[in-house]
Amino acid sequence: MSVETHPGPAQGRPDWSWHVGVVAALVAWWMIYGQLIPLSEWLVSRLPVERHSHTGEALAFFFYDVPKVMMLLTLIVFAMGVVRSFFSPEKTRALLSGKREGVGNVMSAGLGVLTPFCSCSAVPLFIGFVSAGVPLGVTFSFLIAAPMVNEVALVLLVGLVGWQVAATYLVFGLGIAIVAGFVIGKLNLEGWLQDWVREIHAGASAIDAPEDEKLTLVHRYRLGLDAVREIFGKVWLWILLGIGMGALIHGYVPEELMVRIMGADAWWSVPAAVVLGIPMYTNAAGVIPIVEALLGKGAALGTVLAFMMSVIALSLPEMIILRQVLTLRLIAVFIGVVGGGILLVGVLFNLLF
Amino acid sequence: MKSIKVYGPGCKRCETTAEMVHNRAAALGEEVEVEKVTDPREIAMAGVMSTPGISVDGKLVHAGGLPDEGKLDGWLKG
Repeated sequence: MSVETHPGPAQGRPDWSWHVGVVAALVAWWMIYGQLIPLSEWLVSRLPVERHSHTGEALAFFFYDVPKVMMLLTLIVFAMGVVRSFFSPEKTRALLSGKREGVGNVMSAGLGVLTPFCSCSAVPLFIGFVSAGVPLGVTFSFLIAAPMVNEVALVLLVGLVGWQVAATYLVFGLGIAIVAGFVIGKLNLEGWLQDWVREIHAGASAIDAPEDEKLTLVHRYRLGLDAVREIFGKVWLWILLGIGMGALIHGYVPEELMVRIMGADAWWSVPAAVVLGIPMYTNAAGVIPIVEALLGKGAALGTVLAFMMSVIALSLPEMIILRQVLTLRLIAVFIGVVGGGILLVGVLFNLLF
Repeated sequence: MKSIKVYGPGCKRCETTAEMVHNRAAALGEEVEVEKVTDPREIAMAGVMSTPGISVDGKLVHAGGLPDEGKLDGWLKG
């Protein structure tokens, strides 16, 4: 077959120049990142608005958060792109096939975070897993964790809200994926798959994966860069919209109103947040600036986390895609179990903190 | 003449992949027949777990992400 080649920008460029370039980019990143506050203040001071007016507050928020989010995203998406090049759906499937429930659910949720995944290939991936003998519940743990606990969500939480909230999100997100998958597995719902999926399942055809390629470090850098390009192509508009929305809330929404609607005292706020989040569809990048602004205005942490998890993990477009392999009943169970888990996390949080 | 199949549910990357196959084949002067497979069932049956996937004369050579241009040339020339 083909000879190993490094086409595109890698051609003719020695490996060491890539390593030097990556280190130089990291240093430059660090230096610029430290200057973002003075930079945003300077920008606002050049505009004909009062710094402490509503408009001034909103603008300062916007000018600081947009570059901050973009920079954090670039760094982490690149790093995750490199890390993910060590994982593939085929390897993950091999690790998970025949695993028992319990251990399998834990592994599956963890691998869901690390394996490259795009919701547009949710269906082939689902079939690939199930047909290779990965239990249904373990497959669900993967499908819940993969979109919910992603690096974009975590990074933005660290950058905009704080690492404590990010760590909480990580732990509870994985927890929901593990437990929900375990519960779905225990319900023995294999019969609720679409008929044609069961046929493949019964046949359990051993599918040949394309040969695993050896990647060089430089090649992995390039995969990281590809990931950055792709994520930015997909999310830049959402980020601007999200931060714009956050800035408006930051500048204009009165604090007491928010506390009354989303504070911990209102018992109905968590269920409302979960239900509101299901039809809403944006990715992590779009929702987190809203989260930051809501928290800043006194909304309860549990309520905000529940809203965020519901928006990211339960989305209408994903349900429509999964409808091709799952019966409506199974989708209802999926929404019920995951939504119930999110609800529990939200309520628990508001009680504990 | 080679028979190339591009597997993908119609996302942007799948379209791009099909275009790349056409362009590289034209550049190399290879005669190919490119078929886009969008049915999730067929995609899964072909063993593709992450799209876009590419098969050449029935053999799966690539799955997940845009193919590398150098490798694509290799598959086309075979």
